[in-house]
Amino acid sequence: MDAREDSEAKGPSRRGFLSGSLAAGTALVAGSAAAAGETLITEVQPWANALGAGVDEAPYGHPSEHEADVIRRSVSWLTADPISSVNFTPIHALDGIITPNGLCFERHHGGVAQIAPADYRLMIHGLVDKPLVFTLDDLKRFTRYNKVYFLECAANSGMEWRGAQLNGAQFTHGMIHNVMYTGVMLKDVLAEAGVQTEGKWLLAEGADASGMTRSIPMEKALDDCMIAFKMNGEALRPEQGYPARLVVPGWEGNMWIKWLRRLEVGDAAWYQREETSKYTDLLPDGRAREFTWTMDAKSVITSPSPQAPITHGPGPLVITGLAWSGHGTIPRVDVTIDGGITWQEARMDGPSFDKSMHRFYLDIVWDGSPMLLQSRAHDSTGYVQPTKNQLRDIRGVESIYHNNGIQTWSVSATGEVENVEIS
Amino acid sequence: MLKSLKLAAAIALLGSAALGQTYGLGRPAEADEIAAWDIDVRPDGMGLPEGAGDVYTGEEIFIERCASCHGDFGEGAGRWPVLAGGANSLTRERPVKTIGSYWPYLSTVFDYVHRAMPFGDAQSLSADDTYALVAYLMYLNNMVEDDFELSRDNFNTVEMPNADNFYFDDRVETEYPLFTEACMEACKESVEITAHASVLDVTPDGGGVSEDGTVVPAAETAAAPEAAPEPEAEEVAEPESAPIDAELAAAGEKVFRKCQSCHQVGEGASTRTGPILNGVFGAVAGSQPDFSNYSSGMETAHNDGLIWDAANLDAFLTRPRDVISGTRMSFAGLRSEEDRAAVIEYLRSFPATE
Repeated sequence: MDAREDSEAKGPSRRGFLSGSLAAGTALVAGSAAAAGETLITEVQPWANALGAGVDEAPYGHPSEHEADVIRRSVSWLTADPISSVNFTPIHALDGIITPNGLCFERHHGGVAQIAPADYRLMIHGLVDKPLVFTLDDLKRFTRYNKVYFLECAANSGMEWRGAQLNGAQFTHGMIHNVMYTGVMLKDVLAEAGVQTEGKWLLAEGADASGMTRSIPMEKALDDCMIAFKMNGEALRPEQGYPARLVVPGWEGNMWIKWLRRLEVGDAAWYQREETSKYTDLLPDGRAREFTWTMDAKSVITSPSPQAPITHGPGPLVITGLAWSGHGTIPRVDVTIDGGITWQEARMDGPSFDKSMHRFYLDIVWDGSPMLLQSRAHDSTGYVQPTKNQLRDIRGVESIYHNNGIQTWSVSATGEVENVEIS
Repeated sequence: MLKSLKLAAAIALLGSAALGQTYGLGRPAEADEIAAWDIDVRPDGMGLPEGAGDVYTGEEIFIERCASCHGDFGEGAGRWPVLAGGANSLTRERPVKTIGSYWPYLSTVFDYVHRAMPFGDAQSLSADDTYALVAYLMYLNNMVEDDFELSRDNFNTVEMPNADNFYFDDRVETEYPLFTEACMEACKESVEITAHASVLDVTPDGGGVSEDGTVVPAAETAAAPEAAPEPEAEEVAEPESAPIDAELAAAGEKVFRKCQSCHQVGEGASTRTGPILNGVFGAVAGSQPDFSNYSSGMETAHNDGLIWDAANLDAFLTRPRDVISGTRMSFAGLRSEEDRAAVIEYLRSFPATE
């Protein structure tokens, strides 16, 4: 603490700056490069002199104070109030494929429920042989699995249907996160109760003040769904459903019921609010698609992007971004810097997991001229991410959800980046 | 004990699915437990409780408990959902998706209102209340006359206007075959920018967009302050000068969570569904100048010079409608005396801002 304050007080030392300038002036006159050294190097810096914080300073660590801008942000006018609302993951500032827990976007409909682990109960009933109640400790005694999955809100990029609106990858594509879940297979837990043959649907319900509910087809429930109690190794964050949530890989985030308290087996879907009035896709003929569960392949360049402009001028430039598909893996991403006239294959780096985010890079030498950047994901089924206009040709602009169209960033000669659409 | 532990270990090692074995975890769910949690309702009527309610009763409940957000006629206040109208708008630009114009099943309305409404006071409506509210919502959507009564018996005879206009996800046939090409060279002759985000300028701190993608210019979203009557200076009670009980106020901050969907306090507080509460303690009722949606009951209290002192706030927070007849504050009240004292102390810690 003291050391930090001390370092801030000295900060960019006035004396160091003056002597540095003086040295630079002398260097110009004398033509000697030896005296032009950066004071950051030539002078002993405060952090190299005074002691830093001890081990007990932060029993639960925080990011560097210099990363204070890397936070979830919301768009205040997006929803009627800040409780039934959403914020966005700062994907423009992250790298790799894992989203840190404290930066995972939040969407809840009745605020964050606070449930003590001892008060947690999960009920299974309906068309089962034995209606059962589990405690959290019970759940932790099933065979555990670790899986990395992306969770994307169906409304991610939903504000962009009518055209480029929000200036930042965080806002256009930040309703997504990707973490490693530790949990148990839903099929193992259901098997305890014994799903009857006519049980074709599952209603999952949350314990929060919205009593969030979604119908899930039994085929999916018995395939890869999990009940998770850890994310990235630690307990779920309260805003992510502590102490237990449903994991529905590759499907829209709304179905991943948080604070999971009840599973009812039935012979038909329930047509709950979140699968009729919401999360249905209205098309130009006035009819709407329902049960559009899967999140199709999508990608976005996270840097450079409007919140992550190029600050270093021409020369080597790392273009990077994320790609994901609810249908499988991402073997390939193409990137264009000329607005789609020519494309080149990006380099995939980092692990490639099923229904997980993938990281791609394109290392170029930027000549300093304006660019129109786009990325285009290919998934393991052969599906190629469409343009926004290809989607609009089919769906119009009123369907809100599942906008997985190609994103364009316009980069100026000075390195500033803007969200645009192109012909 | 030792034997059963060994058995469990063996099962786990072999894998339960392969053997068709189970873990033997969990306990039987009791009938009253299932009944308490199983409140869902399906389109076929499964789950509907006994009960009935008519349009008139529904209107009364709606005005009391729903209208502060949804408007007296379901037209929606601020950004809160519009519940009525929108007929034939689904093929137009900016469709209005309401219960009448869009929702395919009436069961969804019952289920959702019963489970999640009013916002911030979930599961407080009885079955009869809910039938009445659903009947009123049908009336607002021109589905029934004002003498209609909805009950479990006639529920399944209701056909929703837009019921036939939903179909199962067909992307696998209508989209996926189209999205397989990936041109790499000379894909087009030229490129032009057709839209700029900076032109709309709706990124945070300059207006916004709604959940349904509607652009909301900053000017529209800002509360339009109407000329609110300024209370006479002498009407304003002197705030009690007792020091703030920090512990009690901290407890009150927690209680205030029940209020904050509609009210804000503190620095930077803005008008939401309800007025800013800075300085409410000791003020004349209904005198927040930035708030323009006071009920006539609150205006009467204002003109009568009702002061929000500890006693009046306590009475109001016990049962709002007993103190201000027709108040738009759709809040049932705080039953716990301690909660009321705490939240009053919390409010007292926020003096009026200049």
